Amino acid sequence: MRLTFVACATCMVAMLIATPRDAAAQAANAQQIQQQIDQLRQEFNQRISALEAQLTALQGGQAPPAVPAPQAPPAQTTVEVPPGAAGAGGPSGPLPVYGSSITNAKVFNPDMAVIGDFLGAAGRNQVEPQPALELHESEAAFQAIVDPYARADFFISFGEEGVGVEEGFLTFTSLPGGLLTKVGKMRAAFGKVNSLHNHVLPWTDRPLVTRNLVGGEDGIDDAGISVARLIPAGPLFLEATGEVYRGDSGVSLYKTSERGDLSYVAHLRAYHDITESTNIDLGSSYSYGHNPAGIVKDVDVGRFTTKLFGVDATLRWKPLSRSIYHSFVGRSELIWSQRQQFNGRQDAMGYYASGDYQFARRWFAGIRYDRSNRADDASLLDKGGSATLTYWPSEFSQVRGQYRRTEYADGPTANELLFQFQFSIGAHGAHPF
Amino acid sequence: MRSLKLFLVCLLALPVAARAQGKLNVVTTIEDLSAIAREVGGDHITVESLARGYQDPHFVEAKPSFILKLQRADVLIAVGRELEIGWLPPLQTQSRNGKIQVGSAGFLDASLTAEILEVPTGQITRAEGDVHPLGNPHYWLDPENGKRIAKAMADKFGEIHPGDRAYFQQQLASFTSRLDTAEKRWISMMAPYKGTKVVTYHRSFPNFAERFGLDIIGYVEPRPGIPPTPQHTLDLINEMKRQNVKLALIEPYFDLKTPQAIGRATGAEVLVMPPSVGGVKEVTDYFKLFDYDINLLIDAIKKSGAK
Repeated sequence: MRLTFVACATCMVAMLIATPRDAAAQAANAQQIQQQIDQLRQEFNQRISALEAQLTALQGGQAPPAVPAPQAPPAQTTVEVPPGAAGAGGPSGPLPVYGSSITNAKVFNPDMAVIGDFLGAAGRNQVEPQPALELHESEAAFQAIVDPYARADFFISFGEEGVGVEEGFLTFTSLPGGLLTKVGKMRAAFGKVNSLHNHVLPWTDRPLVTRNLVGGEDGIDDAGISVARLIPAGPLFLEATGEVYRGDSGVSLYKTSERGDLSYVAHLRAYHDITESTNIDLGSSYSYGHNPAGIVKDVDVGRFTTKLFGVDATLRWKPLSRSIYHSFVGRSELIWSQRQQFNGRQDAMGYYASGDYQFARRWFAGIRYDRSNRADDASLLDKGGSATLTYWPSEFSQVRGQYRRTEYADGPTANELLFQFQFSIGAHGAHPF
Repeated sequence: MRSLKLFLVCLLALPVAARAQGKLNVVTTIEDLSAIAREVGGDHITVESLARGYQDPHFVEAKPSFILKLQRADVLIAVGRELEIGWLPPLQTQSRNGKIQVGSAGFLDASLTAEILEVPTGQITRAEGDVHPLGNPHYWLDPENGKRIAKAMADKFGEIHPGDRAYFQQQLASFTSRLDTAEKRWISMMAPYKGTKVVTYHRSFPNFAERFGLDIIGYVEPRPGIPPTPQHTLDLINEMKRQNVKLALIEPYFDLKTPQAIGRATGAEVLVMPPSVGGVKEVTDYFKLFDYDINLLIDAIKKSGAK
């Protein structure tokens, strides 16, 4: 292959140099080039046979024995046995540390953490039943700086159905023009809840509107590219995000049948500090992609698309001097879905509104109201309400109870008690905001 | 698709925010660092702190308004030792500012040249609470460390603005000599009370205690980051009674309910003692921080007769 390349390059250079004035000169040139090519071919053949010979020698174990490099005696790393161990019948004095010490390659290991999410459910739900007890999700996080230009974040999610990469992306931190670019698989910047991982939600579940209209629990989570830019607006934080995805999200939200069936997300976020304790966060979102409604026997005969529009608002309060004891977050998201189907366009709408109040250092109480049409049948309307109580033994674990009532349009009303235990081991992650 | 392309083009075309030229734009994570930076940088820098002095520095929220500040920063100075681990890394990532990323010239971890206490040895687990594996990050409450931090800052500022290097070194020399004088005064003020036994809420004062001769015998928190439990509070009260401890130093961001209960049970004075510049209104610079804390302590010791 390299030979062909060299030949082509030579030809091209030769063609550029050659002057088409004299046919005889041209013929002479061509001959010359032919000779050069032959010569090159010969050289390459020689080299290849030499390499092949070496390879056979190596495979046959007849390789000349490599001269062992003179090895310095390995500097044995040791640690002192903690005081008191000897008294308890333990060892004393320095002990060697095996498996290379911190001075070696281990320092480049990414920050690792595992977050467990254990869910229990009691009560009746015939429409969306979930098991009485389950390890709903175990999320492994690996995060590190890649090089002076980028960092990488991986979140591998182990659920009862199997393993999936919830997110795995590269973030370029220092691109010119103030662009923050992410490449990989990620949760899209559509609204608020869609971009949040399960373990930072203030509930044990996701709101009805995200389940009905924005692709279920996984939401818009796809392979793509995200570009976000800050728009100068004085003290106002204004960020515009544009994202392009492959077009496969959720169970029935987006599905590709052709390479060009990409899905898109656009998001505009405005944030302002009203006082040092209170701030407001507003967003509007748009998303577009091909839905699976028109796919019959793996052929997309309908070529149907879905458009999503969303607005979100979050009000946060946290008095700085008592920030670890009291806080409040009020949030609402409204989402409209326009889904094309064989029976015409379904215009569905849904929203949730929630409030979470931290009344002591370790205690949070919250309520949520849910209301949403179904994306594929806008005449069906589900309604629900939840009340939560959360306790934090420490920053690294959390116990939550949630009472949830859901009035399904096509089934009996469900009254459930959900319990959740969350726990995190490993690197100290960022606090959610 | 066309509309999205247009949108992206628009994004790119927006003018890059005009950056103030000339003065070095310094952002620090806490007010103590901005106070020292102000001493070293003088009027050749602008400086701003993200957290306030009356706020728990472990639990600062990563507000988007901080991203705007970091986007324009030439230098970011952090306390380090994982104090800001819960909030600074996402802000740096989203700042779109290559200058202040970890490892870049514009990022300074102020702890690298400071004397760090309580570096844990042996096996570290979170059974000990939110333990800082790299040592206690509340190291700025020692004037000796103040000088070390100031030197690291002067070197960093000079590295980024070589034209002002002499100015920064001159400012550093002035700050160091003023701090030397003040430190001698503070030490002699505290000398009669050497060995005074105290309890504190969080492990915020080890460097202060070592420099000025306080003996910290216990903490209101059973473990770092874990709120007080009844059993631990009871044990602490008994220990304070046994050792006749008459002072409890509480950081301004902690609830006073448990400390006051301890105070009532032991007769100890409960002092709200700021570990940071800005922790109370009067403390507006690094010198006033020690002035305030030392006067507060001495008044209380005299009043309670503690020793």
